[in-house]
Amino acid sequence: MNFRAIPFILACALCLLESSAPIAAQAAPASSIPSAALISPAVLASRLRSAAASKPLILQVGFRVLFDEAHIPGAEFAGPTSKDSGLALLRERVAQLPLATPIVIYCGCCPWSHCPNIAAAFQALQALGFTHVQVLHIRDNFGANWVQAGFPVTKTAAATSSHGS
Amino acid sequence: MAARRVRRALAWALLLALGAAPVALANTTAAALQSAPDFTRPDLAGKPVALRAYRGKLVLLNFWATWCGPCLSEVPRFAAWQRRFGPAGLQILGVSMDDGPAPVRAAYQKFHLNYPVVMGDAALGELFGGVLGLPFSYLIDPRGQIVDRFEGEPDLKRMEMRIQALLPHAPGP
Repeated sequence: MNFRAIPFILACALCLLESSAPIAAQAAPASSIPSAALISPAVLASRLRSAAASKPLILQVGFRVLFDEAHIPGAEFAGPTSKDSGLALLRERVAQLPLATPIVIYCGCCPWSHCPNIAAAFQALQALGFTHVQVLHIRDNFGANWVQAGFPVTKTAAATSSHGS
Repeated sequence: MAARRVRRALAWALLLALGAAPVALANTTAAALQSAPDFTRPDLAGKPVALRAYRGKLVLLNFWATWCGPCLSEVPRFAAWQRRFGPAGLQILGVSMDDGPAPVRAAYQKFHLNYPVVMGDAALGELFGGVLGLPFSYLIDPRGQIVDRFEGEPDLKRMEMRIQALLPHAPGP
């Protein structure tokens, strides 16, 4: 065997892997989240409206630009969890919390079956031992299933400060 | 020529049969946006691109991102449409909602895109009534009026039919 060829073969293999890697992250599918962990937009909105109900920590685990445009009042940005940096942000945010803290995570960047973030976030919180994690089931996207449904939203203050000319 | 007329007539007939009048819009947000707001943003090479520069053309304004799977299934078709319908007055304009241009440049090469792509942000999304999920596209007629929008799971067949029906000039064979 010609061992001098090994670096060349490895380099070729790496090039092939690189060129065939999809640009969108291949994340765990949202369908891997058990249905018992899902909460609908209407139920969450009702819970947020109710003075008596306890309020969960709400984390948007999607993309910053969508969070800046509109998010659920009180929600915090902790993503995008399809990337290592986003997962690190999520882990950092929950690091000091009791494991029984009620947490609702949501994304809504894309149709549910294509969301690259939500299952990754759910799995990360499960792996950390959180026992009261719910996932907002957003079928189409945040605009269609939350904003257009008339549920409350707020936006990041700087979002409107940089219009194109 | 006759074949072209027949194709165009068939496209219109199908459109009417589906009940999709040219100005029908999907919801109240879009209905409030009859006139496409103008903007100027640099493309991936840094050259300024103004929406108003495409007056006279049918513009497919496509908000997308490299992290959006359905978006990536659309863009190769858009490149094909730009080649096929560009001479008949179609102009596709991509607005990437990625955080930075690096992955967008890679996608541009990978998918052999042949139309301008500018970088978007929350402010640009808001200008268009809120782009709160991808993919999301507007069809803007040659007068700058929004005549349709497409959101969520791509329906490329419907999109192509609408484009063909609204092209300012007859497409080539």
